[in-house]
Amino acid sequence: MRTLLFLLEKEFRQILRNRQIIRILIIAPVIQLILLPLAADYSVKNISIAVVDNDHSSFSRKLIDKITASGNFQLTGYVASYKEALSLVEKDKADLALQIPAHFERDLVRENSQKLFIAINAIEGVKASLGGAYLSSIVADYNADIRMQWQTGLSTTMEEAPRISVASSYWYNPYLNYKLYMVPAILVTLVTAMAAMQSAFNIVQEKESGTIEQINVTPIKKHIFISGKLIPFLVLGIIIFTLGLLVGWIFYGIVPVGNLLVLYGSLVVYLFAMLGLGLLLATYSATQMQAMSLSFFFINIFNLMSGVFSSVDSMPQWAQHIVATFPPSHFIKIMRMVVLKGSGFSDITYHLAAMAVIGLVLNTWAVINYRKTA
Amino acid sequence: MKQLIIFIKKEFLHVFRDRKTLLMLFGLPIAQIVLFGFALSNEVKDSKIVVADYSRDAVTTQLVQKIASSKYFDLQQSLQSAGQLQAAFKKGDIKMAVIFPANFATDLVHTRKATIQIIADASDPNLATTVTNYITQIINDYNAQLSNDAGQPLQIRPEVQMLYNPELRGAPNFVPGVMALVLMLVCTMMTSVSIVKEKELGTMEILLVSPFKTMYIIISKLTPNLLISIVNLIIILVLSSIFLDLPVKGSVFLLVFDSILFILTSLSIGLLLSINAKTQQAAMMGSLMGMMLPTLLLTGFLFPIENMPLPMQWLSNLVPSRWYFIIVKRVMLKGLGFTAVWKETLILLGMSLFLFAVSIRRFKIRLQ
Repeated sequence: MRTLLFLLEKEFRQILRNRQIIRILIIAPVIQLILLPLAADYSVKNISIAVVDNDHSSFSRKLIDKITASGNFQLTGYVASYKEALSLVEKDKADLALQIPAHFERDLVRENSQKLFIAINAIEGVKASLGGAYLSSIVADYNADIRMQWQTGLSTTMEEAPRISVASSYWYNPYLNYKLYMVPAILVTLVTAMAAMQSAFNIVQEKESGTIEQINVTPIKKHIFISGKLIPFLVLGIIIFTLGLLVGWIFYGIVPVGNLLVLYGSLVVYLFAMLGLGLLLATYSATQMQAMSLSFFFINIFNLMSGVFSSVDSMPQWAQHIVATFPPSHFIKIMRMVVLKGSGFSDITYHLAAMAVIGLVLNTWAVINYRKTA
Repeated sequence: MKQLIIFIKKEFLHVFRDRKTLLMLFGLPIAQIVLFGFALSNEVKDSKIVVADYSRDAVTTQLVQKIASSKYFDLQQSLQSAGQLQAAFKKGDIKMAVIFPANFATDLVHTRKATIQIIADASDPNLATTVTNYITQIINDYNAQLSNDAGQPLQIRPEVQMLYNPELRGAPNFVPGVMALVLMLVCTMMTSVSIVKEKELGTMEILLVSPFKTMYIIISKLTPNLLISIVNLIIILVLSSIFLDLPVKGSVFLLVFDSILFILTSLSIGLLLSINAKTQQAAMMGSLMGMMLPTLLLTGFLFPIENMPLPMQWLSNLVPSRWYFIIVKRVMLKGLGFTAVWKETLILLGMSLFLFAVSIRRFKIRLQ
């Protein structure tokens, strides 16, 4: 136990001595957490639309008014031909093009039905499908409007069609504030990159500079040495996490709905798993370059696959199985559940257990693979 | 010149000797393209929902059936009480609850209107709006059917066509993003670390006191990374055209040319980072932390740039990958030519020249 304390003192001194690293470790996450959520807004608004009005009737003008008045669309082009509208889409000047055919009003009245043509740039899938859905529902509303007008104009009382309406309420985030969703997840990615991967670099640094041999020839036990390496980063991770929560509170007004004990309990389990991964990577690397390459490989895949930016639920089944072995995917879920919905230990047991199992496997593997020979 | 070639050879040997790093260099793009191409998708489907039907009449049964048969929803056991609903949301078991009030069909017939209540778990705001939209669409279709049955006049039917990506796959958006991300990070990190390593090991001093020109040191450091990145680029393009059915629609030459510009920009950033970093660790963390998240977020492939507050939009203009991303999308996916991307190309050219000039000027010929 005393040996461990001495080792810890040494590690903390070494970490604190390197000002450049400390700056990067503490200041970088804080700045990023302040700035990045501003960029992470996926709410679909400002959909730009190019309109081709071949009809120029009171009906077509009313439709265009209705679209621009909805607030979701921005009229960026009012052009003469469909071809021009498509070229606006091509140049990213418009997300979608709407064509109102010639004689729209006349034929609508005569034939009782008319088509509208909508072309959507579908490279960004979400924007495309939401934009299409918004526009369709505006058209449906518009349809009901003109029908009513038409009938009152006719004065022949035709029975009003029955209509079902939808009343939606959004729980846990009534204003659909995207930052509530992103800040907890970004915090996880920062903690991951900071604390967990640092442990890999740190151990390999000793290998590279040769000091690890000096420790290897001492009677210090393997697990004591490893604990001495991991505990400082556990502490560092908790500090970064706490700073992150404070930033979220001060700048974004995010106060976790759930219990802080649940959050910190999960954090410790998570760090245990991620530090285990760092340790494992360290045992497989001889140089810092290698450690960096390996951890970069994992961080990159974790960042993109763990549901920070795109939902894990929309992945195919096989991919979801792979993602279930990534500790960040579980911790991100936990963060969002606890921070936004106030979920308790009983709600997150599956994710906690998963992280604990992964952590045990990784740490055991690392300890077995770590040899006290250079 | 001969000296230079020998030094470039030395750098290549350094890179190729390290198998694990090589694995990362070439394995990462391959793994990413395959994983992201097949796995990442923004399409919301099979969302777990519950239906509480307090009416159980002909209309609600029909609507529930419509909802259940939609590929967007996965109907779970129905719930008995409000408390259960709360618990299910907290556990994350369901994303949405659809509630039909009592006397639904009777209301619809007599008052000509009825309301369905939807409660969505908005902790994921996008998912919440998307599933709400899907339900609304199903209901709208049903409404249209009702008014059709009632012989209503003036039917307007929107005909929607999805351009460039009719199946709404995730890959067309992610592949250009992954290209930008991988090239940028590999270049900045490899360059900065390989230079700082020489500083840390002390071999930089030997290089600096030798008659070898500083410029040559820089060139010999950059060349292997440039070539590796070009190979990576080719791997990515081949993989995505074979596996993801995303061939380069426009000119391959133009795409490669712009990619090289982008690679040079990233290499210069790596050079700049190496000047300020004292240890390999600092260089790594700098390129990892300083570059990764900003590149991810400000490139525009995860989040639309026009949604950001203005200062962030200005900031995103400084991120080279943002311009590269636009170029790849236009040339590779839309098949447009140089006239569509000349502005972005010029910006990349300007950035690479500027950064390269700055880093050469600031490259220290003394260590202390």
